[in-house]
Amino acid sequence: MNTLKKCLSERILVLDGAMGTMLQAYAFTEEDFRGDRFANHPVPLVGNNDLLSITQPEAIYEVHAKYLEAGADIIETNTFSGTTIAMADYALEDYVTELNVVSAQLARKAADAYTAKNPSKPRFVAGSIGPTNKTASMSPDVNDPGYRAITFNELKDAYKQQASALIDGGVDILLVETVFDTLNAKAALFAIDELKEERSSDIPVMVSGTITDASGRTLSGQTVEAFLVSISHIDLLSVGFNCALGADQLKPYVQRLGQHTQHFISAHPNAGLPNAFGAYDQSPEEMCQLIAPYLSDQLVNIIGGCCGTTPEHIALLAKATANHNPRPILQDV
Amino acid sequence: MSSATPYLTLSGLEPLVVRPDTNFVNVGERTNVTGSRRFLRMIEEGDFETALEIARDQVEGGAQILDVNMDEGMIDGVAAMTRFLNLIQSEPDIARIPIMIDSSKWEIIEAGLQVVQGKCVVNSISLKEGKAAFVQQAKLIRRYGAAVIVMAFDENGQADSYDRRIEICKRSYEILVNEVHFPPQDIIFDPNIFPVATGMEEHKNNALDFFHATKWIRENLPHAHVSGGVSNVSFSFRGNNTVREAMHAAFLYHGIQHGMTMGIVNPTMLEVYDEIPKDLLVHVEDVLLNRQDDATERLLDFAESVKGDAKTKTKNDVAWRAQPLQERITHALVKGIDQFVEQDTEEARLAAKAPIEVIEGPLMDGMNVVGDLFSSGKMFLPQVVKSARVMKKAVAYLLPYIEAEQSGKPEAAGKILMATVKGDVHDIGKNIVSVVLGCNNYDIIDLGVMVPPERIIETALKEQVDVIGLSGLITPSLDEMVYLVKELNKTGHAIPVLIGGATTSKAHTAVKIAPQYDHTVIHVNDASRAVTVVGNLLQPQTNKQYKAQIKDEYDDFRARFQQRIEHKTYVSLAEARAQRLQLDFEKEPPVKPNSLGVFQLEQDLQTLVDYIDWTPFFRSWDLHGKYPDILTDEVVGTEATQLFEDAQVMLQQIIDGKLLHAKAVYGLFEANSNTQDDIEVTHEKQTYFFRTLRQQLQKSKGKPYKALADYIAPKASGVQDYMGFFCVSTGFGTAELAKDFEARNDDYNSIMVKALADRFAEAFAEYLHAQVRTKHWGYQPNESLSNEDLIKENYSGIRPAPGYPACPDHLEKETIWELLQVQERIGVELTESLAMWPAASVSGYYFAHPQARYFGLGKITDEQVQDYAQRKGISIEKATKWLQPNINT
Repeated sequence: MNTLKKCLSERILVLDGAMGTMLQAYAFTEEDFRGDRFANHPVPLVGNNDLLSITQPEAIYEVHAKYLEAGADIIETNTFSGTTIAMADYALEDYVTELNVVSAQLARKAADAYTAKNPSKPRFVAGSIGPTNKTASMSPDVNDPGYRAITFNELKDAYKQQASALIDGGVDILLVETVFDTLNAKAALFAIDELKEERSSDIPVMVSGTITDASGRTLSGQTVEAFLVSISHIDLLSVGFNCALGADQLKPYVQRLGQHTQHFISAHPNAGLPNAFGAYDQSPEEMCQLIAPYLSDQLVNIIGGCCGTTPEHIALLAKATANHNPRPILQDV
Repeated sequence: MSSATPYLTLSGLEPLVVRPDTNFVNVGERTNVTGSRRFLRMIEEGDFETALEIARDQVEGGAQILDVNMDEGMIDGVAAMTRFLNLIQSEPDIARIPIMIDSSKWEIIEAGLQVVQGKCVVNSISLKEGKAAFVQQAKLIRRYGAAVIVMAFDENGQADSYDRRIEICKRSYEILVNEVHFPPQDIIFDPNIFPVATGMEEHKNNALDFFHATKWIRENLPHAHVSGGVSNVSFSFRGNNTVREAMHAAFLYHGIQHGMTMGIVNPTMLEVYDEIPKDLLVHVEDVLLNRQDDATERLLDFAESVKGDAKTKTKNDVAWRAQPLQERITHALVKGIDQFVEQDTEEARLAAKAPIEVIEGPLMDGMNVVGDLFSSGKMFLPQVVKSARVMKKAVAYLLPYIEAEQSGKPEAAGKILMATVKGDVHDIGKNIVSVVLGCNNYDIIDLGVMVPPERIIETALKEQVDVIGLSGLITPSLDEMVYLVKELNKTGHAIPVLIGGATTSKAHTAVKIAPQYDHTVIHVNDASRAVTVVGNLLQPQTNKQYKAQIKDEYDDFRARFQQRIEHKTYVSLAEARAQRLQLDFEKEPPVKPNSLGVFQLEQDLQTLVDYIDWTPFFRSWDLHGKYPDILTDEVVGTEATQLFEDAQVMLQQIIDGKLLHAKAVYGLFEANSNTQDDIEVTHEKQTYFFRTLRQQLQKSKGKPYKALADYIAPKASGVQDYMGFFCVSTGFGTAELAKDFEARNDDYNSIMVKALADRFAEAFAEYLHAQVRTKHWGYQPNESLSNEDLIKENYSGIRPAPGYPACPDHLEKETIWELLQVQERIGVELTESLAMWPAASVSGYYFAHPQARYFGLGKITDEQVQDYAQRKGISIEKATKWLQPNINT
């Protein structure tokens, strides 16, 4: 793990781009999603990208390889929805452990292959832990603001299962990402902290929140600073933001985050805002231009892409980072 | 690197950073059921919306942290904490600031930590239960991401000197920082603020020790903070707000100078330091800083002179007799002085054209003043009942004249029927409401206690009453009320119904009673509200609108209530039994009673006086607060003292005249529990079964699902265990005495007698329990406890009563009656609703196991009701009827 921290102190590390965007190009059908294994599954499975790690592993490996080829230092496992809570929609709760182990192994294999090619540029695997589709501090029922569709303990148990399987599959980092509701993230961090103690593991943890709109707050209403305070009780490798906004809209929040923390800072914005059809139009060049001030102002230690970004975006980013120093770690805030 | 900055940082939706230049962090303390009666009532009634308004007021008033406390025996703390914090999260202008989760119960703290996204403060943990629990809790708090208040408390007790304070804080700090790796800036010490100027030598340095300990902590325990509950310091000046406010301000000033960073203080009880008058400040600081040997005496003397509105004693002051007639009448009514009432009434009668005009004129004018003062909270219930006594005497004096003139009775404002429902014998509250309504010029038809529904309906129709008031104390009365209202509905009459009594609630009224009635039903639990409610109901112009509004309110309440209860989950009976409380009967073997069998006794009352718990006595008069503090309470202290003095007079009369008789029967038997939650009791070769009920509401992992049977060794263990039963009564003679007073138009003393009889019964239960523990059973032969310790239940073993939270089922009383032959031996009967008659009676069980604790059964599922019916050999319908309030629906 010292390799990771050493790399971070020397240069800006590049995180990969979108998995979903890449998988769209394969235009998988219901049958493809099912494969032989789930041919008789009672519930439609199309759209369950995480499942492709089992049913279409070659495609997942290929996407990982493309990002590594583009110069990504860290690739994310295909496990954004890999919890019993999110998989309940597909009646696949029983496969959660397997999904995470297999996804981690796929990414591990790809990363190791590229490290072997060029040992001076070691590649890392981050186990992606998404927000689930339920929120612990907001009510889905407008008539009863006190109602909650999920409890802390349910989230904690689900996250613990996912994180444990990701570690078993060989990830280097756990990445709690796209945090809409800080309480969900706290349940994930609680689970990870328990797990680290039980397994005597010191696996580094990254947290990445999501600022949903120009209000500058998370969906659950916290400001950048309050979000940071609420997750800082756990030993973190980095904090940052991803998703929802393009690089230009996200920048002021990343900047504010950096003013208050000694952690490394990460950002993986979307390729702009979605167009009327929900697609992302920002070209690699445009995005790279918007990322330039992040680099010149030394705002980040880890940079990557979220929705709409492709290996082309990441390749340009990787090139751009080479000429810039990483954000220095503040000694006294 | 567990936190980015060495400063204490907290968060709600926004951050709060306590920097060295932060002067002082103000903690809002009104959303605390132990500190605010008003807030408690809202939570009890499930009125979370209004409770949120209190939180909002705190934030708008400048609170930087919101303290939330739900520690009250009668509410489900975990559920209330969860619900309230969940609701706060959806109010951005409240959720803005960090929450202080305040509880002495770990499960409530944990419930709070699980629903707040921001970084909270836990208030509090300590070494009280030893290091292991402390470390465990601290570790979880860190994992949940909260700061913590640590009380200066350890295995040996609460720190009360400078040395003990720093010893405990240092030890706590080292454990937290070195072993738990708790961020030091997230540790806030509460080194205990204790009262000064108590007159006790050892309290003189209390404030100074706190200041010095604060300074020591700030200098020697890097980054740690200091907080405290400030109002404690002025405890001995309750009733004198001028001095208290000055003391709080001066204490804070010096506390901050010494490094205090945070504090819980009621902003309305705080003077600005600079605005404290110089002379007062000198006296206050002399006390706080212990600058003068006689500082306390001097402040006490000085305090007399700054008492806001020094109250003049009216007892022997007859200056008011020189006032004009109307003023005298009003004064006598307001002060409840009956000494001159006939004289003044006569004077008024002579001046009036007809005797009836005295009632309609001067007397009613005076009573209106009483009504206004009462409704604005400036008079209290005991005073109003005394006013009524004066009024009644005046009317009684006039009646012969009115009858002689045949001018008829004066026009009443309305006719109200009052009754305690079938099967129930409790009537103190009902009588108080009757008196209060009576003195507001309503004509009261009081049908008394145990009134069958047919009689209530028949009387209501015949007398054409305007309102029916129903009262009940025991749980079966709730069903009686539902039945009565259903029957009343069939008559097609639209008479509004008021519901009141200890077990009634707005929730029950809205959910169970209101749907059975097409017209108005209102829950009214205190006498002052009864006047307003009846006034609104009978107001000719607006009553329609009022009734519609009540209906909406109850519909809405019902809807919200039903939404709320859906969220609870229950475990199956098998699961609950599998996770029962498992006590080690080998390690703590049962003690065999000195003598087994049934025993009966009569008791002299004098012995029982020392065992009286006075707090509930005041509560029965709607005066709320703990005895003896209530006697010096800022708001009700004077009235409470007067009431207490009157009670002492009556108490002496009762004892001297042997007016009440105390009788008891108890039994101690061999007993063992079986696998289906029964306790099998053996007496004279016969086996009696006590069917206990088991908790089913889902708990956190590892917490047992309790039933009383768990406190008795299982048959399978082979250990012989024992159990006791008792019934005491001090009610013999009460009814006669009360009637006697009523005949003399003295409702005040009639209610007083009943209230005292109730207290005697509870005192007798306490006394007998102590005798059983030390002698008859003898499992605690060396126990020696003060009355205060007894009230706090600082003894080993419990005596739960059927009908109360641990065993809400009244049916088991029948088994007690059979086993002890209660009626044959001491004459206490059970009504059809299983209330005891006479009312001032207490019955229950004795459990001796040192781990036995009171608990609430909570709701159970139909599965257990069926199991219970089968065990008991009764129909499911019957079981359902008796367990109704506890069944999850």
